[in-house]
Order: sequence, then C-alpha cells, then structure tokens
Amino acid sequence: MNKYFTFTGLGIFIIGFFVFVGSLTMSDYQLSEIIIKDQGEGEKYTALMESSKSMMGVTYQSNIAFINDLRTTIENANNSIIEKYSISMDLAAKISERAGEDEKFIYKQSIIDELLPAVDEASTYQNKSLKDYTGWMEGKKYSTKEALTKELTGSIQSINNAISYQIAFDSYSAKNLVFSITKASSLGILKGNLKLWLFLSFGLMIIGAFTYFYGTYSDVPAGIKNNQIFMDAITNKGWLGVALGTFMIAFYIFLYFYPEYLTNWVLLMDPISYKLNGGPASHWFLYGFLYTLAVGVMGIRMILKYRHNTYQIIRTISVILFQTAFAFIIPEILAALNKPAIDFKNIWPLDYDFFYSYNLNELMESGFLGWFMLGWGLALIIIAVPVITYFFGKRWYCSWVCGCGGLAETLGDPFRQLSNKSLKAWKIERWMIYSVLIFAIINTGAVLYTFFTGSYSLLGISTESIKTSYGFLISSMFTGVIGTGFYPLMGNRVWCRFGCPLAAYLGIVQRFKSRFRITTNGGQCISCGNCSTYCEMGIDVRWYAQRGQNIVRSSCVGCGICSAVCPRGVLRLENGPEKDRLNVPELIGNESL
Amino acid sequence: MKNIVIIGNGISGITAARNIRKLSDHKITVISAETDHFFSRTALMYIYMGHMKYEHTKPYEDWFWEKNKINLVRGLVSSVDTFQKKVHLKNTGEIEYDILILGVGSKPNKFGWPGQGLNGVQGMYSYQNLENIEIYTKNIDHAVIVGGGLIGIELAEMLLSRNIRVTFLVREKSFWNIILPPEESEMINRHIREHHIDLRLETELKEIVSDNDGRVRAIITGDGEEMLCQFVGLTAGVSPNIDFLKDSNINVQRGIVVNKYFETNIPDVYAIGDCAQFETPLPDRRPIEQVWYTGRMHGETLARTICGEKTAYKPGPWFNSAKFLDIEYQVYGIINNHLKEDEDQIYWEHENGKHAIRIVYNESTLKLIGINLMGVRYRHDVIDRWLKDGIEVKNVISNLKKANFDPEFYKEYEDEIMNIYNSKFPNDQLNSTSKRGLLAVFTN
Repeated sequence: MNKYFTFTGLGIFIIGFFVFVGSLTMSDYQLSEIIIKDQGEGEKYTALMESSKSMMGVTYQSNIAFINDLRTTIENANNSIIEKYSISMDLAAKISERAGEDEKFIYKQSIIDELLPAVDEASTYQNKSLKDYTGWMEGKKYSTKEALTKELTGSIQSINNAISYQIAFDSYSAKNLVFSITKASSLGILKGNLKLWLFLSFGLMIIGAFTYFYGTYSDVPAGIKNNQIFMDAITNKGWLGVALGTFMIAFYIFLYFYPEYLTNWVLLMDPISYKLNGGPASHWFLYGFLYTLAVGVMGIRMILKYRHNTYQIIRTISVILFQTAFAFIIPEILAALNKPAIDFKNIWPLDYDFFYSYNLNELMESGFLGWFMLGWGLALIIIAVPVITYFFGKRWYCSWVCGCGGLAETLGDPFRQLSNKSLKAWKIERWMIYSVLIFAIINTGAVLYTFFTGSYSLLGISTESIKTSYGFLISSMFTGVIGTGFYPLMGNRVWCRFGCPLAAYLGIVQRFKSRFRITTNGGQCISCGNCSTYCEMGIDVRWYAQRGQNIVRSSCVGCGICSAVCPRGVLRLENGPEKDRLNVPELIGNESL
Repeated sequence: MKNIVIIGNGISGITAARNIRKLSDHKITVISAETDHFFSRTALMYIYMGHMKYEHTKPYEDWFWEKNKINLVRGLVSSVDTFQKKVHLKNTGEIEYDILILGVGSKPNKFGWPGQGLNGVQGMYSYQNLENIEIYTKNIDHAVIVGGGLIGIELAEMLLSRNIRVTFLVREKSFWNIILPPEESEMINRHIREHHIDLRLETELKEIVSDNDGRVRAIITGDGEEMLCQFVGLTAGVSPNIDFLKDSNINVQRGIVVNKYFETNIPDVYAIGDCAQFETPLPDRRPIEQVWYTGRMHGETLARTICGEKTAYKPGPWFNSAKFLDIEYQVYGIINNHLKEDEDQIYWEHENGKHAIRIVYNESTLKLIGINLMGVRYRHDVIDRWLKDGIEVKNVISNLKKANFDPEFYKEYEDEIMNIYNSKFPNDQLNSTSKRGLLAVFTN
C-alpha cells in the first residue's frame, strides 16, 4: 500500500464529495413568467400564472422556501379552478324540486339544460359532466324527493372531486411541475458554470477514487487482501457505515419522493444529457448517470482487487458493459430517436411494469421496433431464463448482466461480508422472496386483466391499488431504499436475496433443472469460514464444503468470490452433467470407514 | 448408554463427538479450556488480519450443540484419574467418564532460548496465543519470526497486514525445505521477499533481549547480530500438549502413545489428533500427524470404534494443502523434498515463477507417486483415484486436464506439461485433448 496515494486520493475524493453535496445549496431561485409559460398551455396554466404573481421577481436563497411557496401557488391555482368549475350543491335540491312538480319524481336530463344552461366555459363543463354522470338515471322514477336529491348530491360530489385531476393539476403532475419549475428557476454560480462544478464534484471524486485505488493496489502483490475489513468503521457497520447507509437511504427517499430538492444535481447533468439525447436531464437521468458511474468506478476497483482472477475480471467487465450500454446509453439514444426507451436486458418480473398498459400500448404503437421489443421481452422470460439458466446457472443474469447485480458486485463489493449466514436468515429469505414473486405475479395478472377487459376491479379489489402498492412497497422501498441503502448494514444483496422476484424465478430453475453447481474438492476443506463470510447471498458455503458436498442452492448468484477467497482451492463454479450434481457428501481421504 | 468425555474441542475431538452422536445415543461431554465453542484453528490468522471475526470461524452455529445433545464444558483439565475414571478440572470440580477421548492438541515449541518467556514473545497455536499477539503487536514497528514452517509464514502474513516490518529467521538453507523440493522452496523464498519480508535463511535465534519492563527489546542471532524488535514469534513447530498427563499412568512419549485403534495403554482411554503418537507409524507416514485433515479422520474413525464397530485407522493416499502468502499449495501422494532412488519426475514452472506442477512417478514401473502443485488447483477425487489405481505417468499426462480445478477462464498449463513429457519420452508422443473451459458445457 502506498500511503501517499491513498491519503491524497481520499482527500481529493472527500473534497469532491463535499462539493457535490454542497452544490445542493448553491442556487438562488427566481420565478418568471417565461418559466410558467414554458410549462404548458390551458386553463390551469392561466390560473397558475395568476396565482404565481406574488412570487414573481422575488429571489429565494433556499430551495425549501421556494418550493413551499410554489406548492402554495399551485394549490391556489387549483383552488381557483375548483371554485370556478364546481357545481353548487344546492342544484340537487332544485332539480328534485323541478322533477317533483308533477308529483312523479321522474328524473329527466332536460331539467339540467333549464337550470344549468351551457353559456360559458365553466357552465358548459358542468352541464356536460352532470349529463354524463346522470345518464343512467334518465326516466328513472323516485319514490320521494329526498331519494332523488340524495342520488344527485352524490353525482355532483363526484364531479366536483374529479375537477382537481381533470382540469386542475393532479398530484402527479403537480409534483412534476414543482420539479421542473424549481429546476428552471435556479440562478447563480452553479447554473452559470455547470461544467466547472461538474468537474469539481464528479471530476474530483473520480480522480480521488482512482488515486486511492492506485495507492491501495499498485505495490502489493496480487492476491486476496481482505485486511482490516472487520476493523474498519465503513465495512464493519461502524459509524461510517451507518453514516453512509443513512446517506444512501436519504438519497433514495429524495430521488423517489422529493426530487424537487435535488434539482441542482440534475442541473449538473444537463451538459451530459444534451450530449447524449439532445434534451435536458431529468432526475432519472441523474440516477442513471450516478448508477453507471458507481458501477464503472467501483468495477475498476473490483478488477484491480481481483487482478489475479480471470473469472472476476471478465465478469466485472461484463456488468460494467451491460450497465453502461444497455441500461444507460441505449435507452437514452432510443429516447432521443423518439422510440420506446427500454432496457433490453431487463426481464419481467424484475421489470415489473413490462405488462403495464402504458408500456404495452407504447410498444404496440411503435411499429416493427415496438413489436420486436415486445417479443424480445417475452422471449427473455419464456426462453432465455430457463434455457441459459439450465446451462450456466442463474449467474449468467444475476452476476453478469443484471443492473442490480452489477451495482451489488461493484459498489457493493466492500460490504459483501455483512450478509447474515444463520439458518434463521435463510428461512426468512425463503418466505420473503417467494412472497414477493407471488405479489409480482398477482400484480401483473391484475394489470393484464385491466388491459384486456377494461375493468378496474378484480374479485372486488381495485387493480390500481394493487399496482400502486407494488410500486411503492416493492419497487421503491424494497429495491431502492432498502436494497441499496442497506448495503453498509446488511450486505450488498439485500434486494437480490430477500426481494427480487426474478431471482426467485431463476433460482427455482437453478435449484431443480440446471447443470450449474459449486463443486467441493474432495476432503480439502479446513472449515476456515472465508467462503461463508464473503458470500453476499448469506449461503453458509462452509456447511457443504466441510462435509464434501457440492453447493446447489437456489440463491447462489455465482459471483465466484467463495472460490476466490478459499485458501485451499476447495471450491469451483462449474457447469456439468446433472447426474453427479447433487452428490452424496463424502470426504475423500479416510479409507478406514 | 455410555458416558463419553472428550477433552479438547478442536477438529479431532469435535469430529469424534459429532460422529458418535450420528451413530449412537451416548452421553457426550466436550471439555475445553480454550473457547466455549468449536472454531477453526486454521482460521485464527484471519481474525487477526480482520478478514473474519471469531464468530465467523465457528463452523456450527451455537444452537447446534444443544440440539445435538453435545454437552459443552469450559474448563481446564488439571489431571486424569484413570482408576476412578474421572477428570479433574482446575477450580471447577471433576467429571466422571466411561470412555475418555484425549484430543488435546499441541503447544508451540520453545527450545530453551534465553528470554523465551518475556512479554511479547509468542507462539501461534491457540486462541489465547492470538489474544496475546493482538496485545503485544499494538503500534509496534518491527517483529521477528523464528522458524520457517507453515505457522511462521502465516504469522508473517498476519503482521504484514498491520503494516509491521517483519524479519523472518529460518534455520534451513531455504524455506520449509524439509518438505518442499528445492524449486518450490525457492519460489516461496522469492515470494516472501516480494512481500518485503526480510528473510534470513540459515539464521538461528541465539537470545531474546529484555527491556527494563520484562518485554522483548531485541534479539540476537546465531551470528551475533542484534536486531531491535518489539515482538518475537516463535514458530519452530508444535508438540503435543500433554503436560497434565505426567502424573497419570497413561503412556506418553513425545505424544500419547496409541495403536491403530487410537487405544492408549489404559482401557477406555483414547487419543486422537495431533497429541496422539502412533506406536507403529503407518508406512510413509509420521508417528505424530499434525494436520487438520488427519485430525478429522482420527475423529471419524474412533467414533466407529466407540459405537461398537472396531475400526483401524487406515488413511487413503496422503494429501495436504496450505497457502504461502498469495501462493496456494496442494500435494497429493508423498512428494519428498528430494527424489528417492527409483523415482523420476516431470517439473513445470511458469515463467512468472508463481505456478509450478511436479509429477513424481516410479522410474521403473512408471506408476504415479504424487503431484505437487503451487498456484494451481487440482481435483482431489481424480488424483486420489489415480493414486489408488496406480496409473502410469503416461495416462496421468494425457488426462491431466481432467484434474484441473482452477476457476473458469484461468489459463491451463497441461499442454506445456505434455510437451515436457514428450521431450522426455521421444518414443511416446502424446497429443493434446480438448479444453476444460466453458465450451465443455456442450461436450461433457
């Protein structure tokens, strides 16, 4: 180890990191009419222009205050629209009164034209909505005035409630609006010198990291050097590990739920985004860039660390390439070409929204390429997974291709030893991962049911609510916040081990119909425990090795680290005849028995 | 149901306990002074280096013992009373037995060097040794290791991991050359130096010098050179840890004397592992076997005998393994440091000097005797079968790829070895067969 380089590298990295975090506070914010105009046209934007007058020309030094005021402004715009378009609740009684004039209480839509004629924008909308909502009541006879009033009141309420998402900004578009207005309203040193700040943050972090790697690996003979891992605060759940975990969890929560506070980071991405796809960056571009950068930089560290191990080198190059090309660059190019921006290596059910109607519709409307993408996605699920897994085990995907796996094997490598190896953890793992698989299947079944039948209710459950809960619980919370945020606390494969439905599917194939196994080399095991300790999936590899048994486990992602850290050459990942895969445990060497 | 007491929770004692449990309902008690639970002694170095914690070195979770009704007692046995069939524990009473198994292991050799009892002078065998090493190597700058064997090089690697300068005194002309042939031994010499360890061959320890507080300050070598150091590792081998048996009537020499059934001179008392000394060593084997694998085999075999099926110790072909810093070592069959009469060999070494394969065979019958591997992994089952079948070197060379156990995508060297064979046997040319690699998926 060359201390000068490691210290210098660490120093440069820390400076870059602080610039990066500090850049979040480096802008002022000022709203202008042009910014509002750029957002779109129509009633609600007019209302927004009106309600935002008090913000115009005011310079905010903090994005928190700016975003608070902006939210109020949007709310005010919405309120004015709702006020304008709402149907008065008195109308229900008036209509029933009118319908009861002949003592028959028969509902007729013609009454609406009398009492609520379509004269302007608002009344036209009200008139039409009420007719739409009460079409089924036409000619229906009510026993009392109250019965009719009650029915009409319900309809009017529904109509009024719908205004907020039909005419005004619904919660989803309001969120996007806050993000894009905040980003557009940024002023100051950051926005004026994006490339400079890009260098001072990302540039310094990258230079620092490589300097550190050089110091760590340059003058040390190649080999397994896990020195001090269990003494280091960052890799042994010390204060640094907890701090890093907290930072990553916070990052994911902001990214998924409050991206408007990260607009300065997204601004930094603009120069790169314009180069790649000709447009400005979104917060998902920021995420893709950070992700790819992490896989790339930490992937190079992985290659340096295992420079004596050809399997690790090739495997790591593979995950870097798949992440860079398939997950990042190709989708950006497709987006620039106005084609469906899909990740060709993502497979359902990890790609949980593959069967969502917006995706299916988009693919089916995109001509030959779209149909090809649809067929490709189906072929991955039906053919590639079972066939390739049969020949090579699930590793072909989990530790060679997958993006989640790619991040785990690179950024997550320093934390692999933190996975729990107990029998209890294994039991919890099996319950959880297959539950998520079932949840994913139910979710997909429900959205397909809606897609084909148009009905939003399946066995009395709203398909939208299944979709929403899957999106929140599994896709956001589990995959991102817990899956990655918990690297420094529970190891680098929390998601892959406990949650990933695709890993569950691949695992079932691997366990029951595959040529893959980890072979135990006769009686050579010394029970040292390196294999189990460094198994990111929490497999107690030693349990098998020390009794001369091959390791055939559904969860094994075939990263090959157990074989690499074994000091006695006991473990080998191999594909071979199914016949002796599940061998009888035998420790070679003792002929007495 | 018999009352079985096992002293020592190392690999041999625990293997005996586990196998007795598999075969019977006997009451089993394991006594250890070292730790509450079985751990892997071979992994001690990794605890110091921070690769693992003590917890990780335990091959079985703590609930395992109660679930399998193996009673664990923590205590130091001070003496054994074979007349009353009792063992006495220091300060904590006594335990009766019907059958006693001694798996008490070893202790580091100390050859009466002046100053060998000073603080900061340590062997490296037990958990307690490790704790002391931890204490006495805190914030030190220079350590001296005495004794060029497996534990010595492990200790050197441990100290390096804490950035402590290491001087390594080896009495022999070359590292571990009582076992390793000259080329392999020289390879390790080079590798030790590559790691910036100050390797001093043909250098003995004369004296360890104390500072004013009873802690090591320096050592003096056989040549009279004084080296300042704050820690001395004594790794000149180990010997059976049997002092507590001195007053018993159990027959001990260097170790506890046993026959091939591990029976001592006293009925119902057995000894296994590296404290046992065979009255009549097996052909080509040592009287005391100080290896993890043999300890395990002793335990497995004795469990049979105790559970009613009297079984003699009959190990298969010898094998062993180690890791010298970054170079892995495997041996199958008996490879001596120098060829015996009637032996011949094929030796290949990679140009980078970190991989070597040595195949030794009988000069007249051409039958395989053994394979020595440096930086290459081979399959135990394949070579074990070859050795037992006594196949000829020609068949070994033609099938060598089948024995390769290196990870996928590693470079294979078997063709180069075949070339050496072909030049050695010009009248018997062999041809290279298919590769072992990834494409083998579709062929085998």
